[in-house]
Amino acid sequence: MLDVLVIGSGGAGLSAALAAKEAGASVLVVGKMYPTNSQTAMAQGGMNAALGNVEEDHPSLHIQDTIKSAHGLCNEDMVRHLCADAPKTIEWLEKIGVPFSRLPQSIEVSQSDTNQRSSLLAPHSSLKSIAQRQLGGASAKRACYAQDYTGLKILHTLYDTCLKEGIDFLDEHFLLNLIVPEDTVKGATFLDIRSGEVKQIDAKSVVIATGGYGALYHGYTTNMYGATGDGIAAVMRAGGALSDMEFVQFHPTGLKHSSILMSESARGEGGYLVNTKGERFVDELKPRDEVSRAIFAQIQAGGSVFLDLRHLGEEKLQTLLPQEVALCKLHEKIDPAHALVPIKPVAHYTMGGIDVDEALEVNGIKGCFAAGECSNAKVHGANRLGGNSLLEITAFGRFAGENAYKHSIYASSKPANGEQKEKDIAAIEAIYARPLTHNHYTMQRTLGRLLYEKVGIVRENRTLHQALEMVIAMQVEQKEMGLADKNRTHNQTLVELLEFQNALLIAPAIISAAIARDESRGAHFKKGFEAEDEAFKKHIVLQWKREER
Amino acid sequence: MKITIKRDKSVESFEVSEGLTLLAALYEIKEKQDASLTFSSGCRASICGACAVRVNGKEVLACAHKINENDTVEPLQYHPVLRDLKVDKQKAKETLKRASAWLHQPQISVEITPEDEHRTERQSDCILCDSCYSACPVFAVNPDFLGPFALTRAYRYSEDKRESNVKEIIDHIQTNGVWDCTLCGECTAVCPKGIDPKMDITMLRGTSLQHGYSDPNFTAQSFGTPDFGGGFGF
Repeated sequence: MLDVLVIGSGGAGLSAALAAKEAGASVLVVGKMYPTNSQTAMAQGGMNAALGNVEEDHPSLHIQDTIKSAHGLCNEDMVRHLCADAPKTIEWLEKIGVPFSRLPQSIEVSQSDTNQRSSLLAPHSSLKSIAQRQLGGASAKRACYAQDYTGLKILHTLYDTCLKEGIDFLDEHFLLNLIVPEDTVKGATFLDIRSGEVKQIDAKSVVIATGGYGALYHGYTTNMYGATGDGIAAVMRAGGALSDMEFVQFHPTGLKHSSILMSESARGEGGYLVNTKGERFVDELKPRDEVSRAIFAQIQAGGSVFLDLRHLGEEKLQTLLPQEVALCKLHEKIDPAHALVPIKPVAHYTMGGIDVDEALEVNGIKGCFAAGECSNAKVHGANRLGGNSLLEITAFGRFAGENAYKHSIYASSKPANGEQKEKDIAAIEAIYARPLTHNHYTMQRTLGRLLYEKVGIVRENRTLHQALEMVIAMQVEQKEMGLADKNRTHNQTLVELLEFQNALLIAPAIISAAIARDESRGAHFKKGFEAEDEAFKKHIVLQWKREER
Repeated sequence: MKITIKRDKSVESFEVSEGLTLLAALYEIKEKQDASLTFSSGCRASICGACAVRVNGKEVLACAHKINENDTVEPLQYHPVLRDLKVDKQKAKETLKRASAWLHQPQISVEITPEDEHRTERQSDCILCDSCYSACPVFAVNPDFLGPFALTRAYRYSEDKRESNVKEIIDHIQTNGVWDCTLCGECTAVCPKGIDPKMDITMLRGTSLQHGYSDPNFTAQSFGTPDFGGGFGF
């Protein structure tokens, strides 16, 4: 029986697997795609750690900035843990070979600076040459980066290290359910996407690292298609708790037609935001939630909003933002050197998720841990600080892996019976048996639009209630929804239908929490309740009662 | 607009909307015409590597290709086709292991400069889309070849200042490795990230010579290797 089963093979899953293996555990990483396909690859900006390589910095400042951005909703102990772990997490990534961007040798630091940092870093270390840059909301140049490919390069280096350490992978296995016979996890069931079989994997501990739920905003998100919160839905079905689901971060500048991300650096380099009249209407460098709301107000009033990069000139654009130029040409058919870039704010990161305790163990399911965007470790609160998500997946990914191993040492090695597997086989068979009445691809777009319009940047109780009714109606329809492709093997349609079922399970959790929160805080903004309310300085936790399962 | 897709048992044409990326077109077909059409995808932004296919005989990322009238789409070459455009990438993953493309003995008591960083910056942009494997003609004659991306990745680590045991990497890329490449440059031509595996392999040959290895095909500088009848033929 496996010691640690890691579900999800992005940055958090791979970090967990490596830490558990290092501690002595037998580990298996199961994912619905190949490991390097995960959304971690999309992170560009950087990873925060108060190394103080460029200017004076200290973990205490990192802690302050993170708490401020969380708008009173974080667990300060967890924030302290995360920020204090950051330098040693960077050191670990440096040791496994992440190709961080570097400082020119000419940077000299004063003696006092060196003394201050000596407790954090070994002398004569390559760590001191890691470049750090400014991201929004940070009081120092704190984000370590690898050009504009920080997530990609961390993810691939983690993967290479997993191959080095002989970590076992099971690719193309879709999580169906956690096996939780009493209140302790015993493993999970999966759909083998290749063969179409339902499989049970027994394990003493489980780490869920399945990513966020941004893809619910289908058509209005920078997220990959598969960010459907599969692990969050599985925890919900198994009786575990979810929290802070209403907090969804919107990025101000997604391309209008494709929602592809135009990086914040486009504004950082001097790009303007202009409305239909060509006028600037907001300070472009304000926090993401404020800029998103200003853009949304323009669009609500019937206007359009554009990113204006023309004044930067062709040459500068090619040097500074080559990726952005290429994406504009491909997806919007315009050249930003000569034309305005049409944009809209889109869902980018989900702060809420699986409710975990300070050991990252899921509240409600013993032996089950969660790390990364799927978990709510209460470090981001109402609004995530840029550069903290890559930190969270690696630092807390490792922490979850270590804790999962510790749990496995004393856990029973008696495997669960096949009850869950039988239920899941029956559920899959039922889907195959149903006639095709609704096309879930069409419904997926409807849901995306519904959430964006009614559970988006600016919310209102009236429309939230409408949204909830509509989503519940969709849940009813979905129960009747059959498959347009009845093939047993490699059934992409079946997988995407199961993802959509998860989306429909999670959507009401987001909406009900948004309804309950009659205030505005961080990324959650509600008309009629535009201020922060001390009475709501708390987490909204959702958990199914056992008898409802 | 008409596009043609080579599927498991048939070649089929579909009418799709104009101005779409190939990936958007594939989803349009799946939603409105044939739900059984099967392919892989992920991020839509050219970074996850999942959606590589061949269009008119050339490897592209479906999310980064704007469709043109009469485009012909087919799965990657030299990969077992699982269903329609979906291929099995397990074997390519195995080559990364054989090439031992990782840091073997890391040391971090070194200074690393921006120049060191830039030396393998491009190589570490690799998204493992497998385009270069599909374009590599060596696989037609030697299925055990380590192939472009595994060798590029081995090069990236061998050039890393933090690696104190470069020989260990070099030892792993001799058999079915650097000397089996014909230096035809097809990999370089198709890489969506602008990586040049041909150059990396050439550099690895130089490092191999420094570690006492020699070209088993007797003429180290020849363009083609006699084994498969000359590189220009590819």
